[in-house]
Amino acid sequence: MDTNSDEGKIELLRRMTLIRAFEERVIELYHKGEFAGLVHVGIGQEAVGVAVAASLNADDYLYGTHRSHGHFLARGADPDKMMAELAGRATGYCKGLGGSMHLVAAEINAMGATGIVAGTLPLALGTALACQDEDKIVAVYFGDGASNTGGFHESLNIAALWKLPVVLVCENNGYAEFTPMSEHTVVEHVSAHCGPYEIPSHIVDGNDVFAVLEALEDAVQRARSGGGPTMVECLTYRLRGHYVGDPAEYRQAQEVKEWQEKDPLLKLSTTLQERGLLTVADVSQIMKEAENRIQQAVTFALDSPYLDATAMLDEVFS
Amino acid sequence: MSQERFIDSLRDGISEEMRADPRVIIFGEDVAVGGAFGVTGGLADEFGDKRVINTPISEDTIMGMAVGASIAGKRPIVEIMFMDFMTLAMSQLVNHAAKLHFMSGGQLDVPMVVRVQQGAQGGWGSQHSQSLEAWFAHVPGLKVVAPGNAADAKLMIRAAIQDDSPVIFIEHRGLYFKTDPDDLPVNDIKGFHEARVVRQGSDVTIVSYSRMVADALVAAEMLGAKGISAEVIDLRSLVPIDMPTLIDSVQKTSRLLIAHEAVMQGGLGAEIAAQVQREAFDYLDAPIERVGAPFVPVPASLALEKEFVPDPAKIVAAVKRMFGRD
Repeated sequence: MDTNSDEGKIELLRRMTLIRAFEERVIELYHKGEFAGLVHVGIGQEAVGVAVAASLNADDYLYGTHRSHGHFLARGADPDKMMAELAGRATGYCKGLGGSMHLVAAEINAMGATGIVAGTLPLALGTALACQDEDKIVAVYFGDGASNTGGFHESLNIAALWKLPVVLVCENNGYAEFTPMSEHTVVEHVSAHCGPYEIPSHIVDGNDVFAVLEALEDAVQRARSGGGPTMVECLTYRLRGHYVGDPAEYRQAQEVKEWQEKDPLLKLSTTLQERGLLTVADVSQIMKEAENRIQQAVTFALDSPYLDATAMLDEVFS
Repeated sequence: MSQERFIDSLRDGISEEMRADPRVIIFGEDVAVGGAFGVTGGLADEFGDKRVINTPISEDTIMGMAVGASIAGKRPIVEIMFMDFMTLAMSQLVNHAAKLHFMSGGQLDVPMVVRVQQGAQGGWGSQHSQSLEAWFAHVPGLKVVAPGNAADAKLMIRAAIQDDSPVIFIEHRGLYFKTDPDDLPVNDIKGFHEARVVRQGSDVTIVSYSRMVADALVAAEMLGAKGISAEVIDLRSLVPIDMPTLIDSVQKTSRLLIAHEAVMQGGLGAEIAAQVQREAFDYLDAPIERVGAPFVPVPASLALEKEFVPDPAKIVAAVKRMFGRD
């Protein structure tokens, strides 16, 4: 995707707006009792997902986290199949067997979200090993909480040792579930762990889509040219709780308010208006289009059937 | 019948499959120099360091990488040096390998093999001797197989590599350097999920797998001398279990004993007993018996290890109990 063009920049906003609209509706449907399960929304973190998607080729691979609706939608996942999956329907990407935390959309090489923190790092390394000679790269997401797991350190070591073509995308939203980073590690930035493993890294404003894009350009280029992994640590914030229904009382109102002012959608839309690429009316139109598209997805999802209970028995083995 | 040792037959099976299919790769600790027991010896010379890859001691990541490589089109064989170390790789195995096909609604296949060595022998103690197959048999999505002879080692590793689901391939270290007995029946099994009757009998069925099949055969000879005709079945596949072969046998013999080296409590024998009594209750003339290790960690002392591991005498004693003899 050409994010240097005016149209490309507007497309970034369209995608971020679509993700926001998707997740706002998911929250609403959850509270209405239409959706169940553990649902983690990334409202406030949309710039990272959109920048990553815009930086990858169609045949590159992507691995997410437990908070991956945005990662997948940014990559071009079909909102109908996404919404149907969250609604547990047979028409969802995973026939309702995966749900919000375990999304897979193989048609766009989005090979897995996971409920296991840091869990997709080893998967990404394995995929990178498999496609090392094919000019494909792998992007994998994780958060600040993941940096305290053994798998994170094992993976950094192996990725560096074998110069695997991976882009390590850290969404540092400052909280591991309910615990602020200052209480879960002595390390100020996750990318500080890169030093001993000799992995190049960037720390960027994760709410500034252009800053993330710039860092990713370096990371993608290194991965594609055989230079091995790069970590891009995106400083961001989830404007909602850890999961839908989490009142997030462990955070100060002032802190949330400050981050609301740094909302990545607001930031991008203001920038594009300042540069004369969009008017207020254009922005409203983009929001309206996104809401309409998501309404269509909701209708599709709620009108879809559930998988027959006996059919799931056939999905255990290949 | 194979004149090869188990370990050589197993290696032959791996290399034949690697020659036939360039997607097959191996990784694990020390595998490029043969691994701890020599199973992969020489493979790096033939197939190069892009297909036989030494890893750091990072079991969880090794396991996860196999999953990631398999869903991107490879057919990885991962070696976990000791069953005890599977504990370190459980999250990737149980949460990803076993479930990605299911959770993706069938979008992804995970065609990987986990080769793992187990068994109590040589006084290696509680952390290098455990038989933990029942854990994996409890997780939907994993196939679990345990060859009991050299001929099966080759046949079953090839089938495991060709399978599109994750397979746990259990190797007892007491088998590695054994050759098959001359009178082992010729292997006429097509699939690797079929059990095999390795000795015909009419009075009692002894079901076992892995190294304990040999003990069951010795026990059967001892019982024969006492006038009890024992049929011995090598289960081979623990998930899925070939119930028709077991039921056919029990319908003939009316008695069943399951023998395994693993701790008896919560072991695979309990599952087999439950299924057989449900399917063939009317045929049973005695309660189903089990032989397994006592409910203790594996002791380091060789003298105590010998007491811990079931043997032919314990199988014979259990069978005699079923006939009301002491």
